Amino acid sequence: MANFTPLSAAIGGALIGLSAVLLMLLNGRIAGISGILAGGLGFEIGDKGWRIAFIVGLILAPLVAGAFGYAVPLPEMPANWLVVVAAGLLVGFGTRLGGGCTSGHGICGLARLSRRSIAATAIFMATAIVVVALTRHGFGG
Amino acid sequence: MAVVAALLCGFVFGLGLMISGMMQPTKVLGFLDIFGAWDPSLAVVMMAALAVSVPGFAWAQRRERPVLANQSTWPTRTDIDRPLVIGATMFGVGWGLVGLCPGPALENLATLSPPVIAFVVAMAAGMLLHHIWQKRRTPIRDGAMLAAAADG
Repeated sequence: MANFTPLSAAIGGALIGLSAVLLMLLNGRIAGISGILAGGLGFEIGDKGWRIAFIVGLILAPLVAGAFGYAVPLPEMPANWLVVVAAGLLVGFGTRLGGGCTSGHGICGLARLSRRSIAATAIFMATAIVVVALTRHGFGG
Repeated sequence: MAVVAALLCGFVFGLGLMISGMMQPTKVLGFLDIFGAWDPSLAVVMMAALAVSVPGFAWAQRRERPVLANQSTWPTRTDIDRPLVIGATMFGVGWGLVGLCPGPALENLATLSPPVIAFVVAMAAGMLLHHIWQKRRTPIRDGAMLAAAADG
């Protein structure tokens, strides 16, 4: 567990929780990023304005932090573009079919003790763990 | 005002993902890699988020209405159906392959990383495919289906 960073994880996690609570208290909306993106793209009923604003705020965070001297690390992505595109398609389609992602089900749904969200979170966590086990330690890995 | 509030919420959410290290796909994969050098940080992120959101949501549910809107849109469905199971499985496969879920994927657009841009375009295309597929499947109840499907 050499890479374990409990303090920054706790501070960051608390901020994510605070954001979800604020969005509900102020706008009456669930902070589910996949739903917000789908709505911002016009695939959901309702206005796009607040959804696009949320995504702009999300992208602004590292830009503003960077302007204040915070070193935002470059994301390490797989070299194979086919894997990147296939994963993107699966995440996009899967989160819509399943009604949410790590934020909507994993944080907002669990906080409400929603049966659907508990099931969805258990399934996507378990599936992702199996996929990583196979790709990192599996056949020929 | 609701748009400004949403912008602020997105900003705070983004700070949280950034500070916790969850913008980095390899950090997320380190959590999912329970047979390797396991990094439990993501579990701490979720527990800390829940420590704030559980009491916060309980408080929000007791209030009559949100500050800047007429009503709150709490998800109402409780059934565990096939689309939920299949959708969560598909998402799990994609998440495990790259280590990006929708929040960190969008936030990483700020780095202008070409593979991240490709991932986000593919993710949006996946959402469009679902939208078209669902429209064809249920042409009449389309609106109701879309509203009911939104857990988050």
